[in-house]
Amino acid sequence: MKKIAISKLNDLFSAISKEKVLYIPADDGANQARFTPWQEGLTLTDKLNTVRSAKDLFFPQVENLVNFKNSGKAIQIIENRTEPQPFVLFGVRACDCRSFDILDRVFLSDPVDTFYKTRREQGVVITLACNRPTETCFCGVFGIDGADPQGDVTCWMDEAALYWRANTEKGEALTAALPMLTDCAEEAIDPIAAKIRSILSKLPLNDLDLTGFNRDRMMELFNSPQWEDLSQSCLGCGTCTFVCPTCQCYDVQDFDDGQQVRRFRCWDSCMFSDFTMMAHGTNRPTQKERFRQRFMHKLSYFPNNNDGIFGCVGCGRCLQKCPIHMHIVKVAKALKEDLK
Amino acid sequence: MQERLKQKALELLENGTADRILGWKIGEFFYDLTPAVFKTRQEIQEEFVYSPFAGANLSKYLIAESRKGGKVAVFLKPCDSYSFTQLLKEHRIWRENVYVVGVQCGGMCDMEKLRAKGCEGVLSVGEDGENIVVETLYGTNVFPRAELLEDRCITCKSKKVVTFDELIGEQGTELESDRFSQVAQLEAMTSQERFAFWQKELSRCIRCNACRNVCPACSCEKCVFDNPGSGVRNKAAADSFEESLFHIIRAFHVTGRCTDCGECSRVCPQNIPLHLLNRKMIKDMNELYGTYQAGADPDTKPPLTDFTLDDEEPSIVHTRGGQ
Ligand code: SF4
Ligand code: SF4
Ligand code: SF4
Ligand code: SF4
Ligand code: SF4
Repeated sequence: MKKIAISKLNDLFSAISKEKVLYIPADDGANQARFTPWQEGLTLTDKLNTVRSAKDLFFPQVENLVNFKNSGKAIQIIENRTEPQPFVLFGVRACDCRSFDILDRVFLSDPVDTFYKTRREQGVVITLACNRPTETCFCGVFGIDGADPQGDVTCWMDEAALYWRANTEKGEALTAALPMLTDCAEEAIDPIAAKIRSILSKLPLNDLDLTGFNRDRMMELFNSPQWEDLSQSCLGCGTCTFVCPTCQCYDVQDFDDGQQVRRFRCWDSCMFSDFTMMAHGTNRPTQKERFRQRFMHKLSYFPNNNDGIFGCVGCGRCLQKCPIHMHIVKVAKALKEDLK
Repeated sequence: MQERLKQKALELLENGTADRILGWKIGEFFYDLTPAVFKTRQEIQEEFVYSPFAGANLSKYLIAESRKGGKVAVFLKPCDSYSFTQLLKEHRIWRENVYVVGVQCGGMCDMEKLRAKGCEGVLSVGEDGENIVVETLYGTNVFPRAELLEDRCITCKSKKVVTFDELIGEQGTELESDRFSQVAQLEAMTSQERFAFWQKELSRCIRCNACRNVCPACSCEKCVFDNPGSGVRNKAAADSFEESLFHIIRAFHVTGRCTDCGECSRVCPQNIPLHLLNRKMIKDMNELYGTYQAGADPDTKPPLTDFTLDDEEPSIVHTRGGQ
């Protein structure tokens, strides 16, 4: 275990950013936080978490794949792929850190997504324990510990110091390059973790019960008469999908700018009417089917295919940001009724 | 207020005025209400809520709801009633299938403002006169209600319910509001400053389309941005040019129909002040064609669809001194 005084945080950030590009959660001037490249003067936000999740750094909203130029029958292929530089992501919360495991299962299984893979290899993840969990947090339901997050390095903070524990080789390597970190006893973080756990134990959504969402109940859930009511006022926007750290769907599109064709990929949302549009049209004709897809994916299909691991980490973003507040907790509680 | 609305909902259902009620449904917390259709006495008794967090404007749901047969009763706040009336003018709602209960409104509260005050882990709220008492995991906080009001409510244009079958509470009046002052500040900037302002704001856009989908004026059956055949790349949010065009096209398309209900800014997950774009259009229209408020009545023609020979013909070419 290492530590550094809070008053020296700036020196720490400065030293890390000499090694690699450093992102920290900082206020963006609109009463919210986002991961921002550190530069002299940038300070850590007081907010619990960022509006856009940490997945952005590994799976950006839009990325260019390749360009084409046609002349007659010849197609010229113009590679415009840029290899990501090594970077450090500081201040990731336990929930977002777990979301990387979920994304890994999607993007790192065959066929491997090399864009994602390179970013995962290049990125060092430094997590930060949550001193002030909020009412929309339900990470504990998924066995995630906000008081002891994973990652290459785990940090804790109190008024006086930042405590630092390297967990992986990547973490050790970074630690070795930071002489301002001084040794301290393992127990130093115990009072901080205890305080956090006492808050976590009081969170109002702890009682969310996800037992019984098994493969053999899948069709029952799929055919639940409740989808009609649950989805009735859904706007079909992409808010819940785009702020979610585990949503992983993307679209590949070609944009003909008159000179050349630019092929890019971008996040997509199963809540959109043109999602996975096929030649015959769409197989999810109304918002009910689209809405059902998002929640069935997280609560049933994903765990069915991934050793029971849910496609949600309880970060609470969709609870805070859905314009009509129809979020995963309401859906899960309603479906649970069907399983009784 | 909540009780009066509940009683009214029950009464309308039971005396056969309506066979269902469109209102706001209880959530996990005090603030996460969801618009919902209530069909039974039990649902209303257990789940119907009207509180300072019933911000969602229900009028747009009536486009679909009024076509379903039977009769739906709905509760509309003053600003919602402007949206409703504008939709009537556009023949989007089947009026005979809707029973409107107008409700007075003391302004809606904004959870973001509560969080901005450092309130996290909120568990419950109570009202104590003009104060809001918030219980959190970290202790109790008391704030004057005025400090928690949504921005759109601080600059509320009217407390008048413009279309209704019956009213709960007193009828209100149009208000003196300084809602255009922020637009005037933007106008006072140099074009470079203004460009930088909007670049900064719009750069946060994640293109979730919540602003469009919630907007009562955006009621096209198929938006051009959702049509893969249109040549527009809807999801290329990073392309700043395309991105700004989405917002500008939307602002133009709702000009003369936007009632300034403020839903777009309320729902934006990235806190982008979209209402300023629309207010700019409203202000310009007022200045060019005389004061006009969309949704204020079901009959008057909007300036942009009502041509007269001496209409102003503003053009960018003209103001730049071109031919
Ligand atoms: S579904 Fe909601 S709570 Fe779960 S990970 Fe996604 S945004 Fe977070
Ligand atoms: S969900 Fe858990 S890990 Fe995520 S911010 Fe809340 S307390 Fe922290
Ligand atoms: S559930 Fe909410 S955030 Fe998601 S698409 Fe529907 S309205 Fe939008
Ligand atoms: S543009 Fe915004 S303020 Fe105007 S009607 Fe639409 S949602 Fe309301
Ligand atoms: S709601 Fe906000 S983030 Fe979403 S598309 Fe509109 S401006 Fe962009």
